Amino acid sequence: MSEPGDRPDPDALLRRMQEAEARAKRGKLKIFFGFAPGVGKTYRMLQVARDLVTDQHVDVVVGVVEDHKRVETARLVLGLDLLPRKKVQYRGHTLDEFDLDAALARKPQLLLVDELAHTNAAGSRHPKRWQDVEELLDAGIDVFTTMNVQHVESLNDVVAQISRIQVRETVPDSVLDRADAIELVDIAPEELLERLKEGKVYLPDQAKRAAAHFFQRGNLLALRELALRRTAQHVDEDVREYREEHGVAVTWPAGERILVCVGPAPSSGRLIRAAARMAAGLRCPWVASYVESTVARPMSETDRVQLEAHLRVAETLGATVTRLSGTSVSGALLEYARKHNVTRLIIGKPTHSRFRDRMRGSLLDEVVRGSGDIDVHVISGDSTSDAPPRGATPRGGRASGWQYVSAALLVAGTLALALGLRSVMDLPDLEMLFLLAVMVSAVWFGRGPSILAATLGVASYDFFFVPPFHTFSVEDRRYFLTFAMMFAVSFALSELAGRLRRQQRDAQAREERTAVLYALTRELASTDHPGRIAAIAAQHAADIFSAKAIVLGALADGEFRALGASPEGSQLDVKDIGVAKWSYEHDALAGLGTDTLPGAEALCSPLRAGQSRLGVLALVPRDKVELRADQRAFLDVLCRQVAVALERTRLSEEAKQSALRAKTEEMRSSLLSAVSHDLRTPLASITGAATSLRDDTNLGTETRGELVDSIVDQAERLERLVANLLDMTRLESGGIALRRDWVPLDEMVGSALTRLEARLGTRKVTVSIAPDVPLVSVDPVLFEQVFVNLLENAEKYTPAGTPIEIEARSDGDRVEIDVIDYGSGVPSGAEALVFDKFYRGPHVGVSGVGLGLPICKGIVEAHGGTIRAETRSSGGAAFHISIPRGGTPPSLAPPGGGS
Amino acid sequence: MSELGAVILVVEDEPQMRKFIRASLTSHGYRVLEAERASEAVMMLTSHNPEMVLLDLGLPDGDGIDLTKQLREWSRVPIIVLSARGREDDKVAALDAGADDYLTKPFGVNELLARMRVALRHAQSRGADPSVQTFEFGELKIDLVRREVFRGEEELHLTPTEYKLLVLFAQNAGKVLTHRQILKEVWGPAYAAQTHYVRVHMAELRKKVEVDPSHPKLLVTEPGVGYRLRDRV
Repeated sequence: MSEPGDRPDPDALLRRMQEAEARAKRGKLKIFFGFAPGVGKTYRMLQVARDLVTDQHVDVVVGVVEDHKRVETARLVLGLDLLPRKKVQYRGHTLDEFDLDAALARKPQLLLVDELAHTNAAGSRHPKRWQDVEELLDAGIDVFTTMNVQHVESLNDVVAQISRIQVRETVPDSVLDRADAIELVDIAPEELLERLKEGKVYLPDQAKRAAAHFFQRGNLLALRELALRRTAQHVDEDVREYREEHGVAVTWPAGERILVCVGPAPSSGRLIRAAARMAAGLRCPWVASYVESTVARPMSETDRVQLEAHLRVAETLGATVTRLSGTSVSGALLEYARKHNVTRLIIGKPTHSRFRDRMRGSLLDEVVRGSGDIDVHVISGDSTSDAPPRGATPRGGRASGWQYVSAALLVAGTLALALGLRSVMDLPDLEMLFLLAVMVSAVWFGRGPSILAATLGVASYDFFFVPPFHTFSVEDRRYFLTFAMMFAVSFALSELAGRLRRQQRDAQAREERTAVLYALTRELASTDHPGRIAAIAAQHAADIFSAKAIVLGALADGEFRALGASPEGSQLDVKDIGVAKWSYEHDALAGLGTDTLPGAEALCSPLRAGQSRLGVLALVPRDKVELRADQRAFLDVLCRQVAVALERTRLSEEAKQSALRAKTEEMRSSLLSAVSHDLRTPLASITGAATSLRDDTNLGTETRGELVDSIVDQAERLERLVANLLDMTRLESGGIALRRDWVPLDEMVGSALTRLEARLGTRKVTVSIAPDVPLVSVDPVLFEQVFVNLLENAEKYTPAGTPIEIEARSDGDRVEIDVIDYGSGVPSGAEALVFDKFYRGPHVGVSGVGLGLPICKGIVEAHGGTIRAETRSSGGAAFHISIPRGGTPPSLAPPGGGS
Repeated sequence: MSELGAVILVVEDEPQMRKFIRASLTSHGYRVLEAERASEAVMMLTSHNPEMVLLDLGLPDGDGIDLTKQLREWSRVPIIVLSARGREDDKVAALDAGADDYLTKPFGVNELLARMRVALRHAQSRGADPSVQTFEFGELKIDLVRREVFRGEEELHLTPTEYKLLVLFAQNAGKVLTHRQILKEVWGPAYAAQTHYVRVHMAELRKKVEVDPSHPKLLVTEPGVGYRLRDRV
């Protein structure tokens, strides 16, 4: 047995394999890394690419290369496949931008994309070029790219300190970390300065002024060292991976974990970058945390935006972002830190006065005191702007005019009461009355009004009740204590009440969300219809986010169909459909305020349940207001709920379909058995009779006549059966289009009787149609069939010679028709069954396939009517038909009132 | 039989149907020409000048309705169309295009012969019979000169429209008339779409003419197509 330490950790091995697999599908990224512009990164990249073309016949395409009019570079591009640039209009200029879609469509083996840190023109799919590159890699395209050390996000501050130039275009460290290869393009700083002098280094116009400072030997040396270190770090990672892969035990800094406290202040950005650097150095996970105090004043909108920006930066740098809440910031932080085995805590240096710490307690002090074995790193904020933006009005914190007025009125009321009770009460008791007024003001109206109440209370108490009366002067010093008490109470109470209110508000907000989710879940559970689910989801989303909400379902062909929208009928802009598609295809949030197509009007969130992607929820907020991070988290939860509901309907639809298929199968087999029997019987008679006629020469004339009659009879029976089958099929396939016309009922009855003349023979058929029965709007051919079938049915199942009656009367806007016979009636319990296909009553010797009545039902229902069967109390069957008249019959006056 | 020897062109693609029709017609003294397709039919019509055409509407190489229209541009030969049930629209279109009558498949030989006789008779008397002054159908008697209608001994009082309707049917006895044809003849071409006029006036006319109006024997409805006056009551 070998030592456990000799073996690779199985989990690590599995992760390695998964990563290797993902990497095999993903394109490979190689970064040509330099320490300053002009070191020759682009040149080197092109050289390597050309070698690949000539030596290995790799399919190389130049996505974007800036030759900056340098002949040597331009010459290297010659002969390579160039991807056309996309023209983008921006503020009146036409910009040549890299065409991501063309590159994806062309799908070369290797694509050259210069300047990884480039910021794309507004309106592009991604704000940054490195995001384009990520998508290319995801699509399995290998990419060569270039970048300088000052663009590395975590080194941004350091470079700024060295060069005094703040670079705005940065690339997250994670992109570098995931690069498959980093090649350092290095020349001696002296040589670079030489090239600069010769004008061989391209600098953008706006950078020329700064360049003088930037290109100093000292700076260049420092930057070169940074670049070398960063490259080495990557090499180090490679070595570590190799070791891990091959089970070489490494001295992993045991379980290090960093937590950085983030707030809205600009200095937080610095804290985040410091934490990222430290985490990279220690190769450990790190967490960016924001603690929302439940007692502090709520943050202003600008602060919140600032905070979200910080948290996003932390996320791109690889941090896990958490939001904590609690009454004590330090308490919440330390509790989280303990629970998650945080070893180092990074916190900003306080920038406010010591006085404030005395008053409110210092966060830093509390954290340090409570940190125990956690290391606390205190890092300075930016000297230029260390204070968080002020002047923001706390929401709901400022009292309105009426609250002041109410407070004043309350005091006035108290004064009146006090004056009234003066004779029966002592002075201290009256004082208590005023104190009560101040307390009530504090609790109800907040700090400002309560101070007003206190002031007014003190003033009136002094004026009316403290000797000397009717002056504001005070004789007895001890009253000053009373006044101070009143003010103190007003401050303390209003503060407490304010906190309570805020906590209550937060609790309310949380509760509202929970309530919304609960309502949503319940409503979603109550329906099985995708359209209804989408409508519910859209309506809730629209309410919660104050936005237009549209639920798009994905169709098989990759197109979208709006399933539901709120406000109803809202449509997504064509541009935003593109956002929705991207979101759907990449299973990620896209659009307004995200990394992808941030300029869009809509924010699209994919709807996904398990493995099935169902569609997209698109939000179009009013005035393009971006969603806060907590709202986004809520959107995520909402989308998951909706997706699950949609998936549920899809599955139940599938189950229904298969049940329907089973039923259709069953129907088909019962049809087959019925039809085969009913078709074969007449065919057998015809064949028998015909062959007798042909082969049997000894038949008498009478027998021959009988046989011929039987052939004709059976052929007619066959014809009826086929006609019925055809009618039924047409009715069932829904392929019947009613050709309505205004028809007198008696015409259809008469026509049916004419058609059945031969079959009815001498049977008496009484027709009584009330004179007030109007023209009815029906399909005359189909409706005549109803009478034919009912009469045929009556003829078949009643003894020969018994009468049949047809009655019709008008009832409001409906016409009621009865077909009555004097047979044995409908078998008890079979009143509904007789309208089922292939149902046959317990009659012996009656031919038929059981389609006549179902056809009647089909036709009547197609006309919006009903039909039912019953046995009359006096015996015999009655079939009741009730159909709508179909509107107002047209007038018979010739148009134009003619002759 | 007076029609003996008349030449009948049968346009039908189904061999069994042709065989049946040929057998029935030749045994009744008609001479039969056969065509399988529309193009063949046109050739036969020009070269043999038949006295009647039996035309199947479902021909493989063309629409029987189009053939009817084409034929009517230069010939008044009676045409009887043959078609399956459920194709009422086709029948109406063929009739409106100028066909004289129709038969629904399957049909018996007696029915076919009766229709042919009616069509041939109308073709012979067409336009050239001003001498007819009275019509008689069973008990019903129409006097065109006096504009009087009798059932048995009883005189019937018809409105002018009803009288016009009845005379139209009498002149076309045994032949089917479509709603459109009736409207055009009685009310004028402007009313061709007002089919409910016909239906309502027919109902009124039946109440006066028929013995049992709810079970008409004389003026019968051809469902989805129009009406016919049966001349053999």
